[in-house]
Amino acid sequence: MSFDATYARELPLVESKASFREIDDAIIKPTEEKPRKGWWVAFGISFTALMIGAYCLGLTFYYGIGMWGNNQPVSWAFGIINFVFWIGIGHAGTLISAILHLFRQKWRTGIARFAEAMTIFAVMTAGIFPVIHTGRPWLAGYLLPLPNQNGVWVNFISPLLWDVFAVSTYFTISFLFWSLGLIPDIATMRDKAKNGVKKTIYKVLALGWSGSNRSWSNYERAYLILAGISTPLVLSVHSIVSFDFAVSVIPGWHTTIFPPYFVAGAIFSGFGMVSTILIIVRKVFGMEHIITVNHLEKMNKILLATGMMVGYAYSMEFFIAWYSGNTFEMFVFINRAMGPYAWSYWTMITCNVILPQLFWFKKIRRNIPITFVLVIFVNVGMWFERFVIIITSLHRDFLPASWAMFYPSLVDLGLLLGSFGFFFTFLLLFLKFLPLVSIAELKAVVEGAQPTIHPHPNGSNGKH
Amino acid sequence: MKKLLNKITELLSKEDNEPRSKKLYGLASLYNTPDEIIKAAAAVAGRGFEKFDVYTPYPLHGMDDAMGMEKPKIGYVSFVFGFLGLILVLLMMWWMSGIDYQNIIGGKPFFSLPPSIPITFEGTVLLTGIATTIGLIILFAKLPSINSPIQDTEFMGRVTSDKFGIVVKADDEKFIPDDVKLLFQTAGAFEIQEIYYRESNLTNKTPLFNGKFFVAIIGTAVVTAIVSYFTLNWVLYDVVPFDWMWKQDRIDAQSKTNFFPNNSGMRMPVNGTIARGFLPYEYKGMPDSSVRLLANPLAVSKESLERGQDRYNIFCSPCHGYYGEGDGRLRDQFPKPPSLHNQKVMNWTDGNIYHVITNGQNVMPSYAEQISVNDRWNIVNYIRVLQRSKNASDEDLTKAK
Repeated sequence: MSFDATYARELPLVESKASFREIDDAIIKPTEEKPRKGWWVAFGISFTALMIGAYCLGLTFYYGIGMWGNNQPVSWAFGIINFVFWIGIGHAGTLISAILHLFRQKWRTGIARFAEAMTIFAVMTAGIFPVIHTGRPWLAGYLLPLPNQNGVWVNFISPLLWDVFAVSTYFTISFLFWSLGLIPDIATMRDKAKNGVKKTIYKVLALGWSGSNRSWSNYERAYLILAGISTPLVLSVHSIVSFDFAVSVIPGWHTTIFPPYFVAGAIFSGFGMVSTILIIVRKVFGMEHIITVNHLEKMNKILLATGMMVGYAYSMEFFIAWYSGNTFEMFVFINRAMGPYAWSYWTMITCNVILPQLFWFKKIRRNIPITFVLVIFVNVGMWFERFVIIITSLHRDFLPASWAMFYPSLVDLGLLLGSFGFFFTFLLLFLKFLPLVSIAELKAVVEGAQPTIHPHPNGSNGKH
Repeated sequence: MKKLLNKITELLSKEDNEPRSKKLYGLASLYNTPDEIIKAAAAVAGRGFEKFDVYTPYPLHGMDDAMGMEKPKIGYVSFVFGFLGLILVLLMMWWMSGIDYQNIIGGKPFFSLPPSIPITFEGTVLLTGIATTIGLIILFAKLPSINSPIQDTEFMGRVTSDKFGIVVKADDEKFIPDDVKLLFQTAGAFEIQEIYYRESNLTNKTPLFNGKFFVAIIGTAVVTAIVSYFTLNWVLYDVVPFDWMWKQDRIDAQSKTNFFPNNSGMRMPVNGTIARGFLPYEYKGMPDSSVRLLANPLAVSKESLERGQDRYNIFCSPCHGYYGEGDGRLRDQFPKPPSLHNQKVMNWTDGNIYHVITNGQNVMPSYAEQISVNDRWNIVNYIRVLQRSKNASDEDLTKAK
């Protein structure tokens, strides 16, 4: 390569050149020592939220969906908003772990494991909502094409069934991808642990991984294949989620821009959530030298780009509504921006389109407190995006006689709170028990970690 | 409790201290830098060793070439299973919705390609991912190998953290211990170790397949199956809300309840409600004489008489008796009514009898609430039959002849 290397020099991926032992110690430390006070406080709060959610879920199971604010014409409300919100959060994890892997973006190593874990927990959280929305979730087995006494099969041309396949595939593949990445790290932890129950558990989980190059060779290829299939998968999942809306005939939903619009929004919201949590985690676990401000800056750039993509989608929706000349379409969009739910629409625009524009400034991109505030706004804005799409389209459709407002019930709010509790409880357990940065991957990108020569068995000795 | 925990810990960690046999598994050497190990690997491979492996904490670029390895083959597994997934899912949908369970949905064809693409894609990805992972673990990485001789050695502890190692196995054809040691030393190894087999490796007895473990697994499976069978049966048929809505909150007509203000489960009709067949009676409370003009609207017919008999037996016979003689089943418990065969009743018009049923008389209450208008006339017709049959003479028999 002959171009000026200093011009395109990457910022170091790990600050202050660390030895491999130091990396092991820094990453494994949180799993070895007793949790800090901050962890217990966070766990207490999320577990309380989880229990509130569980109580509300109990009420929903016992008394039925009538406990929610949903009613005609707004028959999809918080349940589906939360589903789309959480599944969107998950997309950033796959993007970071798979798409950035394919693009050879080495900076992803610092945050990939964490983002993947977030994906898994976000998809688990998301998966709860459509299932409890069915009213009798213990019969959810009928969502799958399983042989049954009634001799009936599921409806394969319904987007809602595509969702079942998309979400369950997404969860499975994300889980496999994540677990595969964990195997070498657990092997490191196994060999670091002293005798005892902990060591036995690691021993079983590591499956006897030895770091043999004959394993690594296939392992890396398998990882690449999983990244390769995860990339179209992640795009398909949110496209299929958007089909739930786009394939219907409700004005405001029936648009072809939905799949790309939803995918961009998902990545946007996911990066918002990753940043929010990472900013806290790197501080609490003392990993500022591994998850550096450079990582946060790069994520802020992605937030800026995807934020403008959703901004484009918002304006294009309006344009198409006008351009179509369809009275109902036009009405829905005017109603969104100026009707009774205008406040939610403008909250969405402010949080998702206007505020991220601040990321044009390098000073703000590298300023952690401001970034933290902005990503919180992104989280709020993306929740309201789903609120706007679902509620405003449904509450006033073709028949003015059946217009109505939607008011969430306490149970709705409790379930929303509970979903955060569920997600963060799992996340905190992950932070406590498993390495939150991929040790093997991180070592591989430390300066001087790769050989400078490439010899062959036949004696040729290729210099770099 | 603490004792038990200690016991479990002791049991679990027993394997770590498992004694090693005298049989050599291989020779291991450790290196400090990536450059040293990759040179050493090339040197070992160049000597013609085949049963050797390099152990690193992370994948090293160019190591495959240095070891003279072939390209990884896991991709074939992914491809075959991905393709299989595609075909299987398409076939599944084609058979289920196109053949086995044909359902007209929006007038669309039972099976067509475009709406099948999303699920076909997901199925392909799912099978590819699962096959790649399982294939990698079992076929290519030869895992799980928890009991492999190199596990639990000092060597392993270094190469999963910060050092790089090579192991040449003793069963390689060219294996001569001193030769290999010399090779390692010249390649720059800072440490050389001998790794011996475990006792259990030689007896070919993996702890996973010993008798006790097997019994424990089968036992757990059986117990789980039995417990889940009974639990599910109980939960799905007896526990609200999982019981298919068989049990639902309800208030029975005669039960007490706090739900209604008067604590009565029975609901009365709203004031002024008129049920079908129960039009208000215009002579209500008036004396007999006022109903002279009330005429029987029903013709005498078999149906009318049978219905009348039926109603009479239910409502009238308890006091009046089955034949109208005033000797009903309630005699001696309730004032005895006069016979329906006395001269007064015989001379009454139909309207008079109807009036008594509707309005009541003396201790007899009104039957207007219980018996519909039509049925009251049916009863009147039937009473006429009773009167005629009870007061028949011999002449009637002759006539009938």
